[in-house]
Amino acid sequence: MVDWQSERRVRDERLKAGSKFAKGKIVAPKDATALLEAVVRPGDRICLEGDNQKQADFLAACLAKANPKVLHNLHVVQSGIVLPEHLDLFEKGIARKLDFSFSGPQSENLARVLKSGKIELGAIHTYIELFGRYFIDLTPHVALTVARSADRDGNLYMGPNTEDSPVVIEATAFKQGIVIAQVDKVVDRLPRVDIPGDRIDYVVETPKPFYVEPLFTRDPASITETQILGAMLAIKGIYAEYGIKRLNHGIGFNTAAIELLLPTYADKLGLKGKIATHFALNPHPTLIPAIESGWVKQIHSFGSEVGMDAYMRARSDIYFTGQDGSMGSNRMFCQVAGLYAVDLFIGATLQIDLNGNSSTVTTDRIAGFGGAPNMGSDARGRRHSTEPWLKAGREAADGNPQLARGRKLVVQLVETFSEKMVPVFVEKLDCIELAEKLKLDLAPVMIYGEDVTHIVSEEGIANLLLCRTAEEREQAIRGIAGFTDVGCGRDRKMVEKLRARKIIRRPEDLGIDPLDASRSMLAARSIEDLMHWSGNLYDPPNKFRNW
Amino acid sequence: MQTLSFKHTARNRLPGKKDKAIIGVVASGNLEVLLERVIAGSECEVDIATPLTGYDETWKAVIADFVERFSPGGLRISINDGGARPDTVFLRLMQGSALMEAE
Repeated sequence: MVDWQSERRVRDERLKAGSKFAKGKIVAPKDATALLEAVVRPGDRICLEGDNQKQADFLAACLAKANPKVLHNLHVVQSGIVLPEHLDLFEKGIARKLDFSFSGPQSENLARVLKSGKIELGAIHTYIELFGRYFIDLTPHVALTVARSADRDGNLYMGPNTEDSPVVIEATAFKQGIVIAQVDKVVDRLPRVDIPGDRIDYVVETPKPFYVEPLFTRDPASITETQILGAMLAIKGIYAEYGIKRLNHGIGFNTAAIELLLPTYADKLGLKGKIATHFALNPHPTLIPAIESGWVKQIHSFGSEVGMDAYMRARSDIYFTGQDGSMGSNRMFCQVAGLYAVDLFIGATLQIDLNGNSSTVTTDRIAGFGGAPNMGSDARGRRHSTEPWLKAGREAADGNPQLARGRKLVVQLVETFSEKMVPVFVEKLDCIELAEKLKLDLAPVMIYGEDVTHIVSEEGIANLLLCRTAEEREQAIRGIAGFTDVGCGRDRKMVEKLRARKIIRRPEDLGIDPLDASRSMLAARSIEDLMHWSGNLYDPPNKFRNW
Repeated sequence: MQTLSFKHTARNRLPGKKDKAIIGVVASGNLEVLLERVIAGSECEVDIATPLTGYDETWKAVIADFVERFSPGGLRISINDGGARPDTVFLRLMQGSALMEAE
């Protein structure tokens, strides 16, 4: 007799084991570790959200306190390795295997624990790839989620930080897994329901609000004039040239500089309304001046950003907001938007090789990918056309014009040297050596050179779409690699030929006045300026308040 | 403190009428550049005072590239470096020559 309902039976057993720690669905914080020891089983796949912004920090700490004799060999499947507790699980022997996407703040610690052999690494995914696998072969048995509030039926309100939760919870709950939510407050009535209560098994009201990493706040005070020059090149040489209206910006000072130059430099160029109107973008505070100046029409966000709640509530024409007034984010939806519905991705990276492959992995830092490989790739399933997409396609096409297709613009915006004079342009990516050392099947390349259409450094723009041979491509990259060894190794004659064909464009070729590359060109020069631009609706996190 | 000097032949005299300009500040990671139109229009002289040693080849490459791209004939350029990266040095030189090109 085949048992077609074994998962339900196991779920019932887990719920029965957990029931002694719960009143209805509510579990006291002091019982959380015991609850986890009761419902989680050795070898389970588990997700501790674990997003790149909000963190189920209380539950993560409770799980890290579990007895490794009871809980071991867990397989962590989650998008973000962000808290020290996420790695404690491996150091204590509670977890063994890891599949993840992003590890920003823990990138150095993760490299250390990986080298110690305490983590069996599955793969470093992109977000939608990992969540795709949630429905195929990496479905969690248990998910630990986090919300601002819950009612007694387990309905959850997440406010602006919805992020990864809807997909994590759906995959777990609909495959008979257990979902436990930590919430700041249990209330009688929620402002809105983000997750229906029948998907939530247990609710823990925590002693203090959950942690959110202010990942997307860049202090304008730290933007350099080299970054401003690079941003001017991107605006004049790419945004204006292709008429980019629909786009995504990665994290970093380089793209923050672009955001702060829209109401000033780009305005001077007469580009208002012609570029940068529709974004798939986290709520970057540095975009406030452009929004307030009427540049931006619409933004959909992967997640939220600390301090932006009241501003977004007051600007509901710009952001997606629920009927309660607060913003709603969704990582999966925004990733799909960024993949199929924008014409340009621009972001920074730590290393670029001679083929244009880039990586944020260095031998002592494994930052993961997050969404960059998806944002930074040509979606070959795309079937709608826009002028920038067609223009890029025409530049790349050598073949039959009737079958020409468009290309998404994938731009890497870098400075030739990062901090401490470390060159960004390299002959060989560190991630290749790391892959050999850790016996990874794949070198963790963030964006493959074949997807990159332009590289921008302070020395100029390399248009890789127009390159016809591998040699041209290499020299186009060397030709903007500045005074790095890669840059100094250029064939000067060939670089001049590429410049004549507009494959390389220097600031002077684009009529950029170097005197405009000044901090006075930034629409805001400090966090305080951003606050003033927002009419004091933006409430910066304490670590960015220095006045 | 190390001093370096370079003499180049420039393709052309740098256009413009200004005879003197100064840009930047001596601060950590930054530099001050003084440009004076005091020598023959086919020449360019650059004097550098830098707190860092061991970057002679980089300075040489930066100055040669600047002369190649902007042809600053007629200028004597004095750099007071605060340990700036090559990209910052190049930007200041570009800015300095833009100031000198003003009518």
